[in-house]
Amino acid sequence: MDIFLQLLVSGVATGGVYALIALGFVLIYKATHIINFATGEFMMIGAYLCYTFLALSGIPIIPTFILVMLCAAVLGFLVERTILRHMLGQPVISIIMVTIGLSSILVGLTEIIWSSQFESFPPLFPRAPLDLGFVLVRSTLAYGFAISMAAVAVFALIFKYAKAGVAMRATAGDQMAAFSMGINVKTMFTFAWALGAIAAALGGVIVGNIGGISPVLGAVGLKIFPVVILGGLDSIGGAVVGGFIIGVLENLAGGYLDPHFGGGVKEVAPFVIMVLILLVKPHGLFGKEDIERL
Amino acid sequence: MNEPILKVNNIEVVYHHVVLVLKGMSLMVPEGAIVALLGSNGAGKTTTLKAISGLLPLEDGEITDGGVEFQGRSLKGLAPQQIVRAGLFQVLEGRRVFEDLTVEENLSCGAYTRHDRAGIKADLDKCFHYFPPLKKRFKNLAGYLSGGEQQMLAISRGLLARPRLMLLDEPSLGLAPLLVEEIFGIIAEINRQEGTTILLVEQNAQMALSVSSYGYIMESGRVVMDGPTERLLADKDVQEFYLGLGTGGGRRSYREVKHYKRRKRWLS
Repeated sequence: MDIFLQLLVSGVATGGVYALIALGFVLIYKATHIINFATGEFMMIGAYLCYTFLALSGIPIIPTFILVMLCAAVLGFLVERTILRHMLGQPVISIIMVTIGLSSILVGLTEIIWSSQFESFPPLFPRAPLDLGFVLVRSTLAYGFAISMAAVAVFALIFKYAKAGVAMRATAGDQMAAFSMGINVKTMFTFAWALGAIAAALGGVIVGNIGGISPVLGAVGLKIFPVVILGGLDSIGGAVVGGFIIGVLENLAGGYLDPHFGGGVKEVAPFVIMVLILLVKPHGLFGKEDIERL
Repeated sequence: MNEPILKVNNIEVVYHHVVLVLKGMSLMVPEGAIVALLGSNGAGKTTTLKAISGLLPLEDGEITDGGVEFQGRSLKGLAPQQIVRAGLFQVLEGRRVFEDLTVEENLSCGAYTRHDRAGIKADLDKCFHYFPPLKKRFKNLAGYLSGGEQQMLAISRGLLARPRLMLLDEPSLGLAPLLVEEIFGIIAEINRQEGTTILLVEQNAQMALSVSSYGYIMESGRVVMDGPTERLLADKDVQEFYLGLGTGGGRRSYREVKHYKRRKRWLS
């Protein structure tokens, strides 16, 4: 029972972090209908930036977070303005290939700028594990979870209530109509990319803080696919629930099945779940099915 | 007649660099009036509106000749959002509400270019006054509204932008006759009360001419006839081909229809 609780709690905590990274996909997809395959690399860049500011430049933690978010926003802005904007109206497969290419370029740039060595993060948070009474949670995971949830809440509020958030959802719904309202649709795209990059970069900082950083940190981004597909690519609530489900199931599978199969189940479990759920609900659990009026 | 608020001067519109849709289209809308733009399917009515509101490039169309003047200023090269800010709003054909947004959020999108909270609030109350059903449905998703309610929402979004000139594209599309009558009544009232100038595109010529003071009739990319509403209503050809008031109601031979086509060429 103790083991179960332990796995469950750390699964939930991991899931919270997954939810934040999933938002990196969702925010961009919702407004622009582009799946950004470079989300994992946005995470990695975020982690490296944090490492640079904190460990190499000695900037305190709070300004570091603000700087990382600013830089991420600029990255998203530049990527949209210089690359994706010119892909407007091109076939989906071309756009996907562009984002995949972008991810390779970002990995290459990271290796040029920072080297391809594995680095471990300076401790961001107090090291003492968090004692919930019945289980202990690693401090990196506990703080990571808290930060993720706070960030997810902020993003959700922006989308729900801010004027720009409503305009972004309108743009996602009907571009021509959004144009006719006087909404600057192109600005909305840029804004979505900036927000998505911020979410991914924050997620990257947390992941890097838990497991150290290297140019292949972006591979975690792949694991987020089951989360977003499960939750539906265009649903913030879906991303959160999807994150929790994948986080918990992955941990349970790892804890209970890995010993019997000689390891590896933890890595495969999310994808097995993804396939099963897609078989039953092709739009994901919370994905939008178009409202059909008869 | 008042000063024209909108002048379309002999524009030529080409889609995808090859398809010539408008061939020298001109019209004029006097300040404060309701002007009707009539014509059959494919005559180029919607294209004319999109050419005015700057939405043409989204469909890979462009104005290759002539120009559009709004309040004495050329709209050439302006993006759609700049044109909305200048006070010209198009209510798109087919309602085009944001289905996943609530009525409230849809309306706030209509007021997107405005920043005067008090003014928006007052205009929102006006919308509820013109279209009471919207108040009841304020928190509902727009996708679940009935067709009539969606059209009300579409027009209300236009009202909330507080335009000087509203382009209305087929507000009667897909609505029950009673509802059409109601909507047109409200359009006339909006024009009277708010002083909003309206350019109305319709297939329902009878309805459109009943509220407008001047009308244009388009065929294959240009205006073939225009005049004050009374004159159009009295015109034999308009009566027969747009109002469905055949002479006598008896059968007519194909030759006579062809005769009309010949005459039409002289008209244009």
